[in-house]
Amino acid sequence: MLGGAVTPTIETPARAKSIACAHCALPVPRGMVEPDAERQFCCRACAAAFDIIHGCGLERYYALRERTATNVEKAAGTGESYARFDDPAFHELHVRDIGEGLSAAELRLEGVHCAACVWLIEALSRIESGVVDATLDLRQSIVRVVWDDSRVRLSRVGALLDAMGYRPSPAGGLSLREHRRAEDRRALVRLAVAGACAGNVMLFSGTLYAGAFQGMSDTVTHYFRGLTALVGVVAIAWPGSVFFRGAIASLHVRRLHLDLPIAIGLAAGGLSGLVNAVRGAGEIYFDSVTGVIFLLLIGRFLQHRQQRRAADALELLFSVTPTSARIVEGDALRAAPIEEISEGDIVEVAAGECVPVDGVLVSGVSSVEQSMLTGEPMARPVRQGASVAAGALNLDAAIRVRVQAAGERTRIGRLMRLVEESAARKAPIIRMADRIAGRFVAAALALALLTVAIWWATSPALAIEHAIALLIVTCPCALGLATPLAVSAAIGKAGRAGMLVKGGDVLERLARPGLVLLDKTGTLTQGRCVVVAFEGDESIKPLVGELEKQSAHPLARAVVQAFADGQSRSVSDVRQTTGAGIEGVVNGQKVVVGARAYVEQRTMPAPTHLQHMEERLTHDALTPVFVGVDGHIRAVIGIGDPIREDAQNAIDRLRRHGWRVGLLSGDHPGVVQRVGARLGVPEADCTGAATPEDKLRIVEDALQHGPVVMVGDGVNDTAALAAASVGIAVRGGAEASLQAADVSLARQGVTPVVDVIEGSERALRVIRRNLRVSLAYNIVCASCAMAGLLHPLLAAVLMPLSSITVITLSYRSKTFEAT
Amino acid sequence: MAVLYIVVPLALVFAGVSIGVFIWATRTGQFDDTQTPGVRILFDDEDAPLSDDSAEGDGPVQSSGR
Repeated sequence: MLGGAVTPTIETPARAKSIACAHCALPVPRGMVEPDAERQFCCRACAAAFDIIHGCGLERYYALRERTATNVEKAAGTGESYARFDDPAFHELHVRDIGEGLSAAELRLEGVHCAACVWLIEALSRIESGVVDATLDLRQSIVRVVWDDSRVRLSRVGALLDAMGYRPSPAGGLSLREHRRAEDRRALVRLAVAGACAGNVMLFSGTLYAGAFQGMSDTVTHYFRGLTALVGVVAIAWPGSVFFRGAIASLHVRRLHLDLPIAIGLAAGGLSGLVNAVRGAGEIYFDSVTGVIFLLLIGRFLQHRQQRRAADALELLFSVTPTSARIVEGDALRAAPIEEISEGDIVEVAAGECVPVDGVLVSGVSSVEQSMLTGEPMARPVRQGASVAAGALNLDAAIRVRVQAAGERTRIGRLMRLVEESAARKAPIIRMADRIAGRFVAAALALALLTVAIWWATSPALAIEHAIALLIVTCPCALGLATPLAVSAAIGKAGRAGMLVKGGDVLERLARPGLVLLDKTGTLTQGRCVVVAFEGDESIKPLVGELEKQSAHPLARAVVQAFADGQSRSVSDVRQTTGAGIEGVVNGQKVVVGARAYVEQRTMPAPTHLQHMEERLTHDALTPVFVGVDGHIRAVIGIGDPIREDAQNAIDRLRRHGWRVGLLSGDHPGVVQRVGARLGVPEADCTGAATPEDKLRIVEDALQHGPVVMVGDGVNDTAALAAASVGIAVRGGAEASLQAADVSLARQGVTPVVDVIEGSERALRVIRRNLRVSLAYNIVCASCAMAGLLHPLLAAVLMPLSSITVITLSYRSKTFEAT
Repeated sequence: MAVLYIVVPLALVFAGVSIGVFIWATRTGQFDDTQTPGVRILFDDEDAPLSDDSAEGDGPVQSSGR
């Protein structure tokens, strides 16, 4: 494991059997085990969820979950009181009155992950009689609740959902979401109409072609040409109008957009087709025209959905900020919206509520929990003078806070603004496909004019016909489909391999090498203190384990994990010195455990072989812990956060792809340097003891020199993740911060990071190949059209052929796979 | 061949009706969420209301149905 530098015994941790949580089946940490309880739970939230599921007779949840869920997670409830859900200000923003005394609201839920969750949440209407309906949208994790306000209050609904293990927050922006919903519906209708028109025109055209080969009477031919014209005009006027609007907009902005040649082609094709159908002579291209409209709309539909998904991700971050607070005025409390609160005001926060501002406690004793911001669910006790941040949950008792920053100026407010700005900054990166589209448009129009010029001498009518044929056939179906399809396929595959990529532009940014900043704890290392080495007398291990049970220090916990064997021994006379060590009498023997100086003071100088061991341990970035028993130093324990086995390999792979690797960590600089040295990262690129602000500054500095990819676990490095060109969040961080990252990885370690980078490169290759194919197709067809060879049948066949080729190439290529 | 003059317009009328139905379905929100209904088929039909016996609660919960 450590490359042969340390030879003595290497302990494997957790020899004791681990107990599974009765709700989520994940292991119960030792600290949470209650020896007398019938069932064990890994956290308060899981216990609450278990209670309510059994209390309401919903045990089928567990059976359903076993059948359907691929991964189980802990319950996400927090025990908040949700009193703010009843505030009139809240109702104004988020609740709608839908008549008959019923109200409707949409709540975003954390912790939804499977079909069984859908069943459980939708059972809300059966548990609580005031709730008329609860419908969950699994993809967005939004539940629409309809309830009778006179029978149950929304705070009770919120508390129920929280107890079940799903933390609710208002889904915000009701009018924005309704607007988007209407937009999406209109797009779907246009797509359907385009498809219907294309299908019908194809059938009619089939008749016409058959007639052309086998002979058909003039009346019937005329009839069917009229029919294609009729349906074709419907297609151009209704779904096709999108392109006309886009073309006009493009002219306004004077930027060449793909919609321009499409619109010209549609208009020319439609008009000339109509004229020819009435006239009874000349070619008509309605089958190609309707086909173009349909295929291009498919491409846009896909693209639109992807962008929508990326935008949705930001919404969670915004929905968790408080919108109102209670100001203390003399003896009374006044509820006020957050905008009215200014610095120096005193705000009261009841137990179970979220702190709405950044500030300092002036009265009250309680504890707060900041898991939303930092991902750490540990409660921090606070007293007068302690500072709290907006978004923290106040647990025990009411506290009064003097406001230092409110609204946008709070830490979380600034963070959200940063995320918003970064998202806006990253979005309009001119994508490769758009650049090509611009050039393509110019070329197509130029060629059309050229065609007219060439054929004008022969016959003006023919010249126009051939130009129209050219415009229609170079209507870039393949170009319009190539990128969104390839992106959609790649993102889908990445999702199945456990990598959640938020958009196609992310893929493009990941494919260009730059600097990768890796977090240390949890990414390059395993993220926990573990006994890695031991040299000395093996028989004293149980004694050491027993003594260390008395200490809460992480090093002590690692020792207990490794050495405790389930038997208890008598321990007495325990004395601890913070930061140095612990001593006591175990089973009649005097045991001293701690730093070298501490132990030597109480026993005698360490023997030479153990001194050598200490050197080796520090060389390997491990913390040496000495053990003395009855006056002699008997052993040295090496404790560390072991580097992952795949870390070296992953870093090498990154280098091979042209990336520079750096370490950015909040951990001790010495340890960071040593880990870096071990993995071959130059000293200059390793930074330790970095605060969240430091991390942000380093990322911003590095951005001046090129793209920066930041990999972190979202705990205290959210701002850096948002500012980097691509922020990659590794599993285990705060949910709100995970939403701010461009990529979320479900698997731990560094290898998934390399996988997503390699996959992006492959995806870009697929996109480029698609573009080349569509370009080739266009060149061939344009040449045929210019030469006057392009029969409408040929055009109608070649077009879907190119699209199908592009589709197949996109979905059959192996971009993302779990390695 | 005369039948064509009846049958084809009839087919177009059918197409128009289907599009009308599709528009109605879209406007009433049936296509908004295409993922969750696929999961709901796993559930059995249970109409019996349950009562909340857990510790929390603002007061007695009626289990007399809706």
